[in-house]
Amino acid sequence: MSRAYNSIEEIIRDLPAIREVCVSLRETLLANLVMLGEIPAPTFGEEARVNFLMQRFSECGLQNTSSDECGSGFGMLPGRSRDRNILLLAHADTVFSKKRDHTVSVHADRVTGPGIADNSLGLAVLATLPTLLEKLDLQLDAGLVLMGAARSLGRGDLEGIRFFLDNNKVPIVAGLCVEGVQLGRLSYASAGMLRGEIFCRVPEEYDWIRRGTTGAILIINEVINRILGIPLPRKPQTSIVLGSVEAGAGFNIIPTEATLRFEVRSESSEIVQEIASELEDIIEDVTSQTASEVTLDIVARREVAGLEIGHPLVKQAREIMSSLSLPPHITPSISELSSMINHGIPAITLGITEGEHLHEKRETVQIEPMFTGLTQLIAVLLAIDGGFCDEAE
Amino acid sequence: MKLNEWIKKNTFHHGQFWDIKKLIEAKEKQGLTISLCLPTLNEEKTIGKEIIIFKSELMDRYPLLDEIAVIDSGSTDKTCEIAAAFGADVYLSSDILPKQGTKKGKGENLWKAVYQLKGDIICYVDADIANIHPRFAYGLIAPLIYNPEMKYVKAFYDRPLAFSQGVRPSGGGRVTEILVRPLFSLFFPELTGLIQPLSGEYAVRREVLEAIPFPIGYGVETSHIIDVYDKWGLKAFAQTDLDQRVHRNQATRDLGKMAFGILRAFLRRTEALGVLHELPELPSILRQFQAHSEAYEQVEHEIFEEERPPMISLPEYREKFGRK
Repeated sequence: MSRAYNSIEEIIRDLPAIREVCVSLRETLLANLVMLGEIPAPTFGEEARVNFLMQRFSECGLQNTSSDECGSGFGMLPGRSRDRNILLLAHADTVFSKKRDHTVSVHADRVTGPGIADNSLGLAVLATLPTLLEKLDLQLDAGLVLMGAARSLGRGDLEGIRFFLDNNKVPIVAGLCVEGVQLGRLSYASAGMLRGEIFCRVPEEYDWIRRGTTGAILIINEVINRILGIPLPRKPQTSIVLGSVEAGAGFNIIPTEATLRFEVRSESSEIVQEIASELEDIIEDVTSQTASEVTLDIVARREVAGLEIGHPLVKQAREIMSSLSLPPHITPSISELSSMINHGIPAITLGITEGEHLHEKRETVQIEPMFTGLTQLIAVLLAIDGGFCDEAE
Repeated sequence: MKLNEWIKKNTFHHGQFWDIKKLIEAKEKQGLTISLCLPTLNEEKTIGKEIIIFKSELMDRYPLLDEIAVIDSGSTDKTCEIAAAFGADVYLSSDILPKQGTKKGKGENLWKAVYQLKGDIICYVDADIANIHPRFAYGLIAPLIYNPEMKYVKAFYDRPLAFSQGVRPSGGGRVTEILVRPLFSLFFPELTGLIQPLSGEYAVRREVLEAIPFPIGYGVETSHIIDVYDKWGLKAFAQTDLDQRVHRNQATRDLGKMAFGILRAFLRRTEALGVLHELPELPSILRQFQAHSEAYEQVEHEIFEEERPPMISLPEYREKFGRK
């Protein structure tokens, strides 16, 4: 099916044939998924997984397989043109520590294991893509930069993609972020975000009787109650996620330290800023009322950025998804997408399959929908390559 | 060949065979065909992963294997469906050589695989390995491709979870260390060089597999080793360190049954080879105990160690493979 596409309609006509080839690579994709998924890759500890990805790229004959100072891995698939490149990336890190059992199970219809959806599958798609393009007999006009991005999640704060974009010398015309789930996801805007840690320490000379409280847990509880009292507007959509609380060591040991991790998300950067100010006020107030040490550490921030819904990249992606009977689920992203858009690179995030139990040990992805997800990705890639996603001059 | 010399020369690490392209070149030069056999009985949890890894890596990406076959003993779960769905050839043990009847046991599947599969080399890998990796096959096949004098390559697993430096004990599982190694030390000292003689992963040349009998139960591996040693000597063996193997751990009582079966097979082989003489008839009942409050009761397990004859003795086999 080697051909040049003259319109998006021609690409859409070929979707069934593309899907057929995707299905024929099922074992290759699943083997990559299993092998990548069984290599632990906590944020700042992605080296082994990235090395395996680069080894896969080398085996496929990719040029310039390398890693950078941040630990991200790259493979270059040169196109006919030197001044057009597409960046296709998946973050390489997962939320699971090295100590966690990373054994992956393959069932008839699904694959299960820690981090399998977020984002071992995204990375497995990258590892499989050179073989898939070869089997489709497609030679792109644009060069393809395949990137397993390190240090993306949590305290990583997108360090991998930011380092690449700050130091990259290759002209990138568009970006595609690949996430394992959910199929039908279409992100073209990044939400405003503030991620932080509130730490509370009770001083040793704390007067337990006078304060009427028993340790750091109650103080962090007071902080939580005050955060829950912050009024959140419905429009622009805003939320505060209280992600984790750590404190205490047993039944009868008064805890002296407690940590709360949270994330604020909003469609408005101003509201994120307002909430940040309110959080600072809360911290100051609780500190003075309880005579304890309460600190706020902001570990990541994102500004609101995005493409218009009418941007050709978004429009063509929606068109392709509709042709595959995938109602696009528009959702703002706080991942690598925002960095690309902030660097003036039009980019979207796509999901590959359906999944459940995200970030649990039994994290699961469905096998059958993966081929629709891959087809969608190839079609969008072809649309970008054909220039059908370029903005009018 | 002295034991220490053999250990030095015939013991490998899978890392020595990382260059699979080179391995395939050597295989093609010799015109060899290679079959992978996965004997199964209710392995739906792990079989899919094993087939995906072997098919993708050692058939599609690097054509080292010419066939991947599951020989099933009659699973009642979805083992066969999953194996077939991911591209393995699936055979019911009872459908192979139907005139020979059907016996229960893993050894039966291994024996019937010799008839059913086409490879000059057959690599057996257990189907319950949780951390499956292509090394489990190429690490065992490679010594046979590179060393024509080697005929039977066993896996062993030697990757301590934590160790600082210096000497550390290395060996097999509980049944190996408590039963098989002491027996080998007494009667076949050279065979103690095999670090894990009972491991379920090994690659063997057809000329060997067709010429030896197959006990169908727990004793198949022990019996094979004694027969291969008797016919071809120590130099026919090699062993490869495959690092770590994660699998189900067995209860001590189950290991008791295994040890019983192995001991019976061992005694029968040693008698057949004239190492031991005039053994009494060996009973097939293993007796274990269980307690109900203060009362103890005996539990009897009947453990047969039937044996299949060398495949070469079957006319059907000789006809299929053109043997005179």
